[in-house]
Amino acid sequence: MSNTTNVTSMEVEYRPDRPLVEIWRMFFANKAAVFGLVLWTLIIFTAFLGPVIYSTDPFDLVGAPMEPPGEEFLLGTDYLGRDILAGIIHGASVTLAIGFSATIFTVIIGVTIGVLAGYYGGWVDTVLMRVTEFFQVLPALLFAMVLVSLFTASLYLIVLAIAVVTWTGIARLTRAEFMKIKEREFVLAERAMGARNTRIIWKVILPNALPPLIVTMALGVGVAILFEAALSFLGLGDPNAYSWGYMIGSSREYIWDSWWAVTFPGFAIFLTVLGISLIGDGLNDALNPKLREL
Amino acid sequence: MKTILPLLKRIAYSLMLLLAVIVLNFVLVHLAPGDAVTAMVGDMGGATPELIAELRVEYGLDQNLPTQLFKYIAKMVRGDLGISFTHNLPVIDLILEHLPATILLVMTAFFMAILIGTVLGIIAAQRPNSLFNHLITVISLSGYAAPVFWTGLMLLISFSYYFPIFPSFGMETVGFRGTFLEKTFDVLKHLVLPAVTLASIYVAVYSRLARASMLDVLGSDYIRTARSKGLSEKVVVYKHALKNALLPVVTMAGLQFAQLIAGAVVVETVFSWPGIGQLAFNSILRRDQPLLLGILFLSTIMVVVTNLITDFTYRILDPRIK
Repeated sequence: MSNTTNVTSMEVEYRPDRPLVEIWRMFFANKAAVFGLVLWTLIIFTAFLGPVIYSTDPFDLVGAPMEPPGEEFLLGTDYLGRDILAGIIHGASVTLAIGFSATIFTVIIGVTIGVLAGYYGGWVDTVLMRVTEFFQVLPALLFAMVLVSLFTASLYLIVLAIAVVTWTGIARLTRAEFMKIKEREFVLAERAMGARNTRIIWKVILPNALPPLIVTMALGVGVAILFEAALSFLGLGDPNAYSWGYMIGSSREYIWDSWWAVTFPGFAIFLTVLGISLIGDGLNDALNPKLREL
Repeated sequence: MKTILPLLKRIAYSLMLLLAVIVLNFVLVHLAPGDAVTAMVGDMGGATPELIAELRVEYGLDQNLPTQLFKYIAKMVRGDLGISFTHNLPVIDLILEHLPATILLVMTAFFMAILIGTVLGIIAAQRPNSLFNHLITVISLSGYAAPVFWTGLMLLISFSYYFPIFPSFGMETVGFRGTFLEKTFDVLKHLVLPAVTLASIYVAVYSRLARASMLDVLGSDYIRTARSKGLSEKVVVYKHALKNALLPVVTMAGLQFAQLIAGAVVVETVFSWPGIGQLAFNSILRRDQPLLLGILFLSTIMVVVTNLITDFTYRILDPRIK
């Protein structure tokens, strides 16, 4: 793995005119990353087309309770007689929706704070970093639990809670990148030409700070999915959304009699997070060839 | 004096953080729909408007917000975290009663993860392209990607049901009688599965970190000097390189302590471990706000204290930091 990336990273330096093609090639040279991409293609496919092909409602009691995996129900039924396979197929869209929307919110909060702190520095930086440190000492999941339980649980609230407890990483990274890049010559040149701050931030620095941010965002999707799963497992999910975490949480009292009801949904979460982590690692190798060992 | 001043500064800063947590708790309670009295009245099954008004006065909810905030801070600083509706006991007593169990679990998992993670990482660093190295990558990715409660349930099904080696819930066998030693062994048996579950996520993180930092250190000049002196590889790795390679692991471990406590909440729920996580879960089920906020506050204190300890461990390991 490391050998192939070495070769391609040298080629990147010789052909700077086609960076996207090179990133693409390096990504696809990484078998683990391609495996992650295949997993995610399957998951996205399931989320969009699964409910059309396999229309059994996951909330419906369609069979005998705790029926083991077999011919009638491929993955068995839970303690109420709900079809596990239907739950996994219909839960995919909930998982993806939460994963992506929570990440978008996380990025909005994190990038805004990171940009302001890193670009303006001085007291703005001091104040914002104090706020960031404050959020870092709060045990994230516990804080999310408090937020969700104080208000009425809904998908929006869960998304917001996840964003509120996970933005600090992105903020710190954005700040570090901005502090580094703002001293570079091309930024100084822009400034000497009288460019406004907004132009320098969005058009000059941000595009150069993107590679590590993209990687962190990919990993952030995984983090958000794990958070949603944990909240739903604890019974703090949206009662109207059939998510994988909810499936495990509702069946955990019955694990002695129906191991399949918790094993399969958990495996679905595992594969989803594994997939996005592999993609994230692959992007990291392709976008920052020099940081490969980190 | 030179060493005491930064220490005092850090402590003062930590106290500021805790004050901020108190303010956050206050803000959250006031943002949430209804107030303590509404919740209590709901618990009692309704009350007359006169009684509600009376309770509001009694709990100081009729005063303006700054006064309430000030009184709230004064209360928290005195260690009065309010009364739990469901247990009808002071929140602080409930938490202190459940805290030892959580500390036992978190500390065991913490040291387990650091030890196993570092050992795996160092072995992997010495053989960069071996099968073992790839295996560690797989283990660490899996430990990270599996939801911790699911790992726990899978371990339960495997080692408590199909291979009944370990007990499935609690911290000790109900009605167990025996000598102190036998009791300790009983608790240890209960501790294995929860601790392994909680450690599983962090073994992943620390092994990757230890591997990366060991590789970094092994490539540095002073290691080359040590090697060229003719020192054995063992001495080079364990005496010269290890200490420096551990720095990032210690920093990361300290920074992630907050998440370890949060992870304990989930693990305790899975294994019915009688710690503050279990308490938090029950307080959510019964909408016991003061208890839940008290737990958030106390676990933040634990995090802040650990951060202080990490900071000073770091100073001992690396005398350059002043």
